[in-house]
Amino acid sequence: MRGLNLMALWRGLAGAEGGKGDRIVPPTGFTAQLTLFSAGAMAFLAVFALALALATGRLADRWSQELAGSVTVRVSAPVAEQEAEVQSALSILQTTPGAGQPRLLPQDELAQLLEPWFGPDMPVDALPVPALIDLPVTGDDFDAEGLRLRLEAEAPGAVLDDHTEWRRPLVSAAQRLRVLGIVSLVLIAAASAAMITLAAKAALAANLQVIRVLRLIGARDLTIATAFVRRFTRRAAVGSVIGTLAGMGGIALLPDASAAGGFLTGLGFQGWDWLMPLTIPLVAAGVGFLATRWAALKMLEAVR
Amino acid sequence: MIEMREVGFGYHKPDGHRPDGQDAEGRAELLSGMTLTLQPGMFHFLTGPSGSGKTTLLRLCYADLLPTAGQMTAFGQDLRALSRDQISDLRRRVGVVHQEPQFLDHLPLAENVALPLTVAGEEVDMEALRDLLGWVGLSQHARALPPSLSGGERQRAALARAVILSPDLVLADEPTGNLDWDMSMRLMQLLIELNKSGKTVLVATHDLNLIRATKAQVTARVLRISGGNLQLAGADL
Repeated sequence: MRGLNLMALWRGLAGAEGGKGDRIVPPTGFTAQLTLFSAGAMAFLAVFALALALATGRLADRWSQELAGSVTVRVSAPVAEQEAEVQSALSILQTTPGAGQPRLLPQDELAQLLEPWFGPDMPVDALPVPALIDLPVTGDDFDAEGLRLRLEAEAPGAVLDDHTEWRRPLVSAAQRLRVLGIVSLVLIAAASAAMITLAAKAALAANLQVIRVLRLIGARDLTIATAFVRRFTRRAAVGSVIGTLAGMGGIALLPDASAAGGFLTGLGFQGWDWLMPLTIPLVAAGVGFLATRWAALKMLEAVR
Repeated sequence: MIEMREVGFGYHKPDGHRPDGQDAEGRAELLSGMTLTLQPGMFHFLTGPSGSGKTTLLRLCYADLLPTAGQMTAFGQDLRALSRDQISDLRRRVGVVHQEPQFLDHLPLAENVALPLTVAGEEVDMEALRDLLGWVGLSQHARALPPSLSGGERQRAALARAVILSPDLVLADEPTGNLDWDMSMRLMQLLIELNKSGKTVLVATHDLNLIRATKAQVTARVLRISGGNLQLAGADL
């Protein structure tokens, strides 16, 4: 296939409909509507796939960063020894490199954590509940494994939980969702290319006699192909602009899930992310351009 | 202009069908051993019975078909060596009128006639276009769509389209096949005028009366295809 002609692509998008070049191809109402609709629907879906990919990316990053940003030390000991164990653990934690100031969770915070299981007004101090110490991780030199060994040796009742066990599957799930979002985008682009190719081939086959006449009077392949390419590129671009705007409107109307909890994130775009869907019409136009050009040049080979 | 040396042409037949006279590669030979030079500025007739290969010979001249034997050049270029773009360039130098000319039915006649200029990327001189339509007697049909034209009008429109790029050679394949005598002579008159303006003309026809009537007005060379070979016609023509 001959090289991509960006100038032709631009002329296809920017040129006025019905120019001299376009008029050599008869108007095709049905395929025009079909291409517009398909491009619009695909762009609409692409906006949501893009939003999914971006949101899951954010989710994976956030989970990864937030959960990696602190560790928890659980101190379980007989009631009489617990205070001493806690103090011992705190003194170890205060001298741990790469760690911030440890904070012993007060009884009311413990009660809040247990409330979903035991209900309100639970007398936490009457239960043998372990003490919890929250330790922020502030530096790269924080060594979880070294700290675990130190606690085992000097405060045997203290157990370090760096959240790795349950953070890993969550981050992995979020990353897989992101990959699914990207795969969806690729599939949408491929399906769009297939649909536009089919529509272009149908239009070319319906105009075979026109193509024969044009070849007979000295039209070059590129001249004929460009007439079809311009038409389908413009339809793909216009349809996808409409679909993209509709999709962005739908995203904007979604409830803001991030307000429900800092841990979760909404499906919507954030900040500069809102500019990313605007690339969808450009990609759609490019796909329309390449698919139609390929189909046209392929078909022209059969006409001498 | 057009030179053929020992040119042959054969069609591939469907599998299982092996007609007599096939060449070494299994093609049924329609034309063989043809040697011809189209002389610039000359009026040529090509005659012969139906199915003798007149249309095939014309199609060879504008590279719609390629010879399967021998050597053929158009304007000094070997036809077999032409790229698709070079074939387009050749067709801008060869105007063709068919027995049943095809148009773009969604475009008015004037745009159809100007189409070779449009696809060549050249500006359409509206004054020249009006003159051309006037020359073929179709001024009043400039805005008509091709399906509304009669057979004679379509032939004249095809002639106007064939000559708008001022080609060196005009080919006409049975141009009067569907026309009555008066309309046929009117069309031939246009071809004679073209020839007198310096264009080389080659008309394929099986109508011997038409050839005789035309030869009364212009010096013409008559070629006859018979049995797949080409020869100069006898004194009767």
